[in-house]
Amino acid sequence: MTMMKSLLGATAALALTSGAALADPALIYDLGGKFDKSFNEAAFNGAERWAEETGGSYRDIELQSEAQREQALRRFAEAGFNPIITTGFSMSTPIDNVAGDYPDTKFVTIDGYVDPEEHPNVKSILFAEEQGSYLVGMLAAMASETNTVSFVGGMDIPLIRAFACGYAQGAKAVSDDIEVIANMTGTTPAAWNDPVKGSELTNAQISQGSDVVFAAAGGTGIGVLQTAADKDILSIGVDSNQNYLHPGQVLTSMLKRVDVATYDAMQAGADLETGVETLALEDNGVGYALDDNNRELITEEMQAAVDEARQKIIDGEIEVHDYRSDDSCPALSF
Amino acid sequence: MDRMPAWADAVLVPLISLLLAALLSALVILGIGENPIEALKLMVEGALLRSAGWGYTLYYATNFIFTGLAVSVAFHAKLFNIGGEGQAMIGGLGVALVCLYLPWPHWSLALVAASVAAALFGAVWAFIPAYLQAKRGSHIVITTIMFNFIAAALLNYLLVNVMKPEGQQDPATAIFPAATHLPTFQDMFATEAMPLFRGSPGNVTFFLAIAACLVVWALIWRTRLGYEIRALGHSESAARYAGISPVRTIVIAMLISGALAGLMGVNTAMGEAERLVMNATEGAGFIGIAVALMGRNHPIGVFLAAILFGFLYQGGAELALWTNIPRELIVVIQALVILFTGALDNMVRMPLERVFAARRRAARKTPAE
Repeated sequence: MTMMKSLLGATAALALTSGAALADPALIYDLGGKFDKSFNEAAFNGAERWAEETGGSYRDIELQSEAQREQALRRFAEAGFNPIITTGFSMSTPIDNVAGDYPDTKFVTIDGYVDPEEHPNVKSILFAEEQGSYLVGMLAAMASETNTVSFVGGMDIPLIRAFACGYAQGAKAVSDDIEVIANMTGTTPAAWNDPVKGSELTNAQISQGSDVVFAAAGGTGIGVLQTAADKDILSIGVDSNQNYLHPGQVLTSMLKRVDVATYDAMQAGADLETGVETLALEDNGVGYALDDNNRELITEEMQAAVDEARQKIIDGEIEVHDYRSDDSCPALSF
Repeated sequence: MDRMPAWADAVLVPLISLLLAALLSALVILGIGENPIEALKLMVEGALLRSAGWGYTLYYATNFIFTGLAVSVAFHAKLFNIGGEGQAMIGGLGVALVCLYLPWPHWSLALVAASVAAALFGAVWAFIPAYLQAKRGSHIVITTIMFNFIAAALLNYLLVNVMKPEGQQDPATAIFPAATHLPTFQDMFATEAMPLFRGSPGNVTFFLAIAACLVVWALIWRTRLGYEIRALGHSESAARYAGISPVRTIVIAMLISGALAGLMGVNTAMGEAERLVMNATEGAGFIGIAVALMGRNHPIGVFLAAILFGFLYQGGAELALWTNIPRELIVVIQALVILFTGALDNMVRMPLERVFAARRRAARKTPAE
């Protein structure tokens, strides 16, 4: 009896806290985890900035399994959180399944796509990763002395191939005969968090002559950047600004402003405008990082060339091919 | 040496191990400044006191029953099948092929065909390691674990390059046609007045898993083949002397084991996701080892242990949702249970055996009046 009572008490307490949470935003990180120093961490940083500036509070969860995707969405929606922000393209199908059951809750899928006609309460935020990768590819080619640059991807999926493809196009725009070596870390989700393997791949690429390496591999990238610094070649970070990890040895970082997207969504709150939004160069949704840590590595000519290309991409004079549009890449074969 | 009574072996030892694991977990939770009693309440409330919680608990348990049975069947022949993970992945591939490329009028027919395909694919994946073990003596632990990686690579290749619908980002197949969607507990038991199991993934495959428990029990203890498997497990030379072919028995035991692991694909691909995703197995093949250890390789034990692990998974999800306990620590709690019930089994068993032996001696010295 007392057991039953205390359990009921716990239920009531939970119901109360749920009520108090009304209209707080919630954030769901993908399997890579909150502190990957990259994609998910960018979302976390955006959320923290929002909480600090507004004094608001939010709830977050790091997923552990596939079945938890729908579960987390439903439980947060039932508890009254709004909007519910998710990172990673794998959330789009679960949102597609769930959104109809909770028409008053706004869902945000960063990197995913949900048909806005079908679910008017979902906002899809996509990034033109190929454009940002193109710019850092140009920088890599201009910084390379061996005329060989390389790429380390995380898991071999279309999104990462889009990074590699943009990077190769940018490098080839600078130098026609440049060699671009591309490797993927693996074929399981463990590839997002395998710095040791990232380091081995980097060593292998160095032995093939590469002197600039771009890591688009989540937590694996830590090992890539570390090895590049140890072996005294240049590296390029991804998603978050990773220049600070090895000052003076990280050429730049391909920025994907997941933090801004998260911040904006939390700021808008329940009045969030839904629909599909693609954040490209012109929205500063993607770009390259320039700060005190890498200013000496980027010469004025390099900066001028990249900024010119950036403008041309925005104006439509340069068209960067997106691997995902037709599952093929003109500058690189996988 | 005196034996413990059977009830103590089957019930008391796991129970004490569980309590020890719970105690240690409580200390860990205290250590990071959270309240262990609140945490336990959350886990029980979320996993067992809501019908949707049961839906999740039983969904996970279904996976663990299949992989646990797979490990125990192989273990009766003293084979350590670590490849449940890969066999389940390939089983899921069989399910996807059946559901996507054949037209089905009704889910029940599709379920039968998909189960056959899943079992077949899983068995085929276990065949090569089995053959290598039986004929060449290549150790089954090494080969099955290597086949896990080959399965992951094969699935990755197929999903990214062949089976993914054009233009989709997610490396997964298209959603299976509606006629192949299995009824969930919600479809089966929910009514207008009682919206039970809302949104939870538990589905009809759970009953398939119970049937598999019965079949495995009958196979191991009531058939000639089961006798041969057990005989081989106890002593290969004695089995050979009795006219049992080790090669044949090893291969058959591994085929059955692979088929059982493959059946897990029905639950994840057809029951939950309704499509084949890359990461569907998520370590259930390895959890199966712990489940089989804890369940003493008996179907009833496997069933109960699978429910326990299902509870731990679902309860862990609740902790992740409503507390600030990081997910790494939730894994630690799950690992403590595995450690105590599996690896440290003798730590509890041996003192207990001594206690029972002492009691028996005492009983003998003072005969009943």
